Amino acid sequence: MLDTLKLPERHYLNNGHGLKSWLLTKDHKRIAIMYLISISVMFLIGGLFAAAVRVELMTPEGDLFLADTYNKMFTMHGVVMVFFFLIPSTPAVLGNFLIPPMIGAKDLAFPRINLLSLYLLWVGAAFFFYALFAGGVDTGWTFYTPFSSSASNSNVVPTALGAFISGFSSILTGLNFIVTIHRMRAPGLTWFRLPLFVWAHYATSLIQVLGTPVVAITIVMVAVERMFGFAIFDPVRGGDPVLFQHLFWFYSHPAVYIMILPAMGVISEVVSTFSRKTIFGYSFVAFSSLAIAVFGFLVWAHHLFVAGISTYSAMVFSFLSFAVAIPSAVKTFNWAATLYKGAISFETPMLYAYGFFGLFLIGGLTGLFLATLGVDIHVHDTYFVVAHFHYIMVGGAIMGYLGGLHFWWPKLTGRMYSEFFSRISAILVFVGFNLTFFPQFMLGYMGMPRRYHAYPDEFQVLNIMSSAGAAVLGVGYLLPVLYFLWSLKRGEVAGPNPWGASGLEWQMPSPPPTENFKEQPVVHGEPYEYTPHVAREANLV
Amino acid sequence: MGSFGIPLFPEQASTFARDVDALYFFIIAVSGFFALGVTVAVIVFGIVFRRRHAGEVGARIEGNLPLELAWSIIPTMISMVMFGWGASSYFHMRTPPAEALNIYAVGKQWMWKFQHLEGQREINELHVPVGRPVKVTITSEDVVHSLYLPSFRTKMDAIPGRYTHLWFEATKVGEYHIFCTEYCGTNHSGMIGTVVVMEPNDYQAWLAGGGVEGTLVERGQRLFQDLACGTCHLDTGKGRGPSLNDIVGKTVALADGSTAVVDEGYLRESIINSQAKIVQGYQPLMPAFQGLVSEDNLVALVEYVKSLSPQATTTAPAAATAPAAPAADPTKKK
Ligand code: HEM
Ligand SMILES: [Cu+2]
Repeated sequence: MLDTLKLPERHYLNNGHGLKSWLLTKDHKRIAIMYLISISVMFLIGGLFAAAVRVELMTPEGDLFLADTYNKMFTMHGVVMVFFFLIPSTPAVLGNFLIPPMIGAKDLAFPRINLLSLYLLWVGAAFFFYALFAGGVDTGWTFYTPFSSSASNSNVVPTALGAFISGFSSILTGLNFIVTIHRMRAPGLTWFRLPLFVWAHYATSLIQVLGTPVVAITIVMVAVERMFGFAIFDPVRGGDPVLFQHLFWFYSHPAVYIMILPAMGVISEVVSTFSRKTIFGYSFVAFSSLAIAVFGFLVWAHHLFVAGISTYSAMVFSFLSFAVAIPSAVKTFNWAATLYKGAISFETPMLYAYGFFGLFLIGGLTGLFLATLGVDIHVHDTYFVVAHFHYIMVGGAIMGYLGGLHFWWPKLTGRMYSEFFSRISAILVFVGFNLTFFPQFMLGYMGMPRRYHAYPDEFQVLNIMSSAGAAVLGVGYLLPVLYFLWSLKRGEVAGPNPWGASGLEWQMPSPPPTENFKEQPVVHGEPYEYTPHVAREANLV
Repeated sequence: MGSFGIPLFPEQASTFARDVDALYFFIIAVSGFFALGVTVAVIVFGIVFRRRHAGEVGARIEGNLPLELAWSIIPTMISMVMFGWGASSYFHMRTPPAEALNIYAVGKQWMWKFQHLEGQREINELHVPVGRPVKVTITSEDVVHSLYLPSFRTKMDAIPGRYTHLWFEATKVGEYHIFCTEYCGTNHSGMIGTVVVMEPNDYQAWLAGGGVEGTLVERGQRLFQDLACGTCHLDTGKGRGPSLNDIVGKTVALADGSTAVVDEGYLRESIINSQAKIVQGYQPLMPAFQGLVSEDNLVALVEYVKSLSPQATTTAPAAATAPAAPAADPTKKK
């Protein structure tokens, strides 16, 4: 049966050739592919900075780089990974490609704005590269004032403008998704028949549209203070340095959910497909995304527990931080319950989903330590926090993104990658990740501060473990580049629905034609219905 | 230095340490329980319900309301225990006892400067007695820093333009790390030092051995004279500025109709930028000393002005701002 599968003759990839046909396209699928290439490059660059940081930290002395160089390395690592990789990752690549077909639409509501979003990301990245080649920036990705506004003499303004402009890319993508999901659903596709991937992106888009303007304004305030000497954050001239922290985290706490919610959406799809079972507690999973989006705006000051805020406001924010953890816990329990009485198989996307369980559990649970006031005083701004958010943003968000990429790769390209190598890479990523970041919890509790170029000797053993893990992790991340590229020419033809999945997107040919569906699909049933008939036709390798 | 070499746990060297560590282990136990539960569940389900033939599909189970309620409500309740415990130890850590010894810390790229009331000044070293509460009033001369004492399980940001504080009571003689934990530029990782915890007698001897410039109050008094503050701030209250006697701890009426409580932060602001809060009945005549007086000297001036309010600042060098002493606080262990 496998041999009989053929790529469709006409599809979005061969509908038009040459650079111009890509750069001027309005096809959400082509735009998604361009995002994929762009953010993969950014991921590679961010990874190189991380590698430099990990090599330096193998010895207690700051002996490889100058202190300033080291500070620039971790700053640019954070800026690239957060603003140019993680925030766009799942929404701009997978969301862009899949939301229209998942709701039975031909494209997003505003195809030209979609292309504009991509260009804005590129312009933002251009500013970043300018800052990089002009000597880099050393403020940390958090740009805390008055260091960033008065003290640093690195390229703060171009970097800040880069983040500002890429912020608009994110806002426009969010706007596009919201309108698309409201207006373009296929007949019969009610809100509670939407795939949970779409719900997760809806919640994400709300945060992008409501939160990103705040950080954009904050960044402009820093730039204005630096360029024109306005006193906003500089206390010497009557400004308030802590005001920045409030404004920054008012966006950036919700922004951490911009990174994780879409990954959660991916996990819902993958878990359902590979256990051939509808998601347990669909509406709880759907509404928990919205709850996270709403509560996420109410916890920002948990980053300021030792920044001189009043004891009572600290208590309020601690309380609310526990509240925001509950919807994440509910999701996890529902995913686990989905497996019960499933028909489970472990192809690579499911391995990534299992990896996500393990890492997101640890990431989320360590959030409880940080939300607990008495403990946070000790571990705030130590490696404990670094480990926490890497478990969530790398362990959770990137596992979700990679899982999704493996899941939908046959849809994106029409071909299968090597199952053997992809399993190896999933395992390497999981093992390497834990080796890299678990020791950092211990380092943090022992008291090692973050952003340290040199450190006392007693921290060395754990740092070496972490650096060794990073090497394994690096291999795990590089492998997919190889087998994905290999699959483009040599991969087996996948057919429309290699996994026997239930979503509308799997009814399109792979790769899909530019208009996605020949006729407007009409939805009759509930989501996640698996029939033995479809299941048998799946050509699982 | 401490029990370095065992890379897992920082020394427990303050009264907070045991409480914080106990809370830490409690959360580890609870999260370990949930993590293990979910992990075992997904692995067991993965094995028991593995797909046996190509056409197999899972059972259609849409959900279960009692289960949903149970796993929302039970974790919420457990997390409230964490919240309560964490909040009460935080409250304790944020409330220095009235009898605490008062020490000033100033962060500056890239060093920590400490000043004792008796006049000793030290850089990147902090000498404190064992078994006695110590309150550190913290500020910064440039960017935000954070004073972190891992063996005491406490830290506080040093914020330019304002005073923050932390307190602790050391329980073990020895030397422990001081770190800066708020990224502050080039030599952030070099902004470290040592707390030296001493027997009270040794501490007294150490105190006696320094302070060539006299006590902090004496230094403040000299600055007060050098800067000619006394030409306006007459004791009689008839000068162009208000009398500074017995003002600490009082509420003053301001020209704009609002009121303010006089504490260290108020005094500091009134010196460097007196226009910010003008006392009712006075003209905004006082020059701003912003940029003219270093944070170290400001500390001396503030202490001097505090010394003019003898009943507010009791014999022990305690802070005027310290809230009521939790002397009988049951969570405080020796
Ligand atoms: C599950 C519930 C969670 C809770 C209760 C929680 C709690 C916290 C708290 C209190 C902090 C501040 C710690 C400190 O600076 O001392 C923190 C830091 C952080 N968290 Fe979480 N968190 C949770 C989930 C997440 C998620 C889902 C993400 C990301 C997708 C995330 C990303 C981050 C980041 C990026 C930081 C620190 C950023 C920085 O300082 O550079 N957290 N978390
Ligand atoms: Cu947060």
